[in-house]
Amino acid sequence: MSFKISSHPLDPNRLKDQLSADAAGACACFEGWVRDHNEGEAVRALEYEAHEDLAVKEGEKILAEAIEKFGLHAAAAEHRTGRLEIGDCAVWVGVASSHRDAAFLGCRFIIDELKSRLPIWKKEHYVDGQSGWINCVTGKAEAPE
Amino acid sequence: MIAVTARYFAAFRDKAGHDTETLRTQARTAGELYAEIAAAHGFADTMTRCKVAVNDEFADWNTQLEDGDTVLFFPPVAGG
Repeated sequence: MSFKISSHPLDPNRLKDQLSADAAGACACFEGWVRDHNEGEAVRALEYEAHEDLAVKEGEKILAEAIEKFGLHAAAAEHRTGRLEIGDCAVWVGVASSHRDAAFLGCRFIIDELKSRLPIWKKEHYVDGQSGWINCVTGKAEAPE
Repeated sequence: MIAVTARYFAAFRDKAGHDTETLRTQARTAGELYAEIAAAHGFADTMTRCKVAVNDEFADWNTQLEDGDTVLFFPPVAGG
């Protein structure tokens, strides 16, 4: 079980290696990518800021909750900070379990909890040169700066 | 009056214009301090949507503050 914050590109193939378990018959992974639009705005890049210590503590708590709740054999996740371009992987989640139901459910639980609980913030940089911090409740940028 | 250190992140830091300040305050709880700094800096988010940490641990808004505490104010999060 490992949760990390990284300022370097994520490599999903390498990250998946840590999930291997002889008792596992299913593996589910989720990748969150930077897309080129949000709420009708053309997006050029994203910037993530985190409070690393508290994000890691909370991330590890979420993984432990998922392992307990869904009986997973392994769970891991990593979240980027810094500037990301279109197509970059911003967050990766992977789980392994005996059967597929627990794998899908556990993976979904982890990404949903990470999004609502981690002290991480996202600033969108738009094609028109403006930028704004994203409000997780509305999904939209606050007043552009 | 107690002296506390307030730290701001993301949108809060941009609105405040700095990431750290030392405040002398009559606020007894983290929530009372948020009300003060929200008024001073124009933070519009309600406490239910924000998070607070006292001395590097997540805390409740009704956590009692003590002289010398460091209080971290987190605007609504948006990971993933």
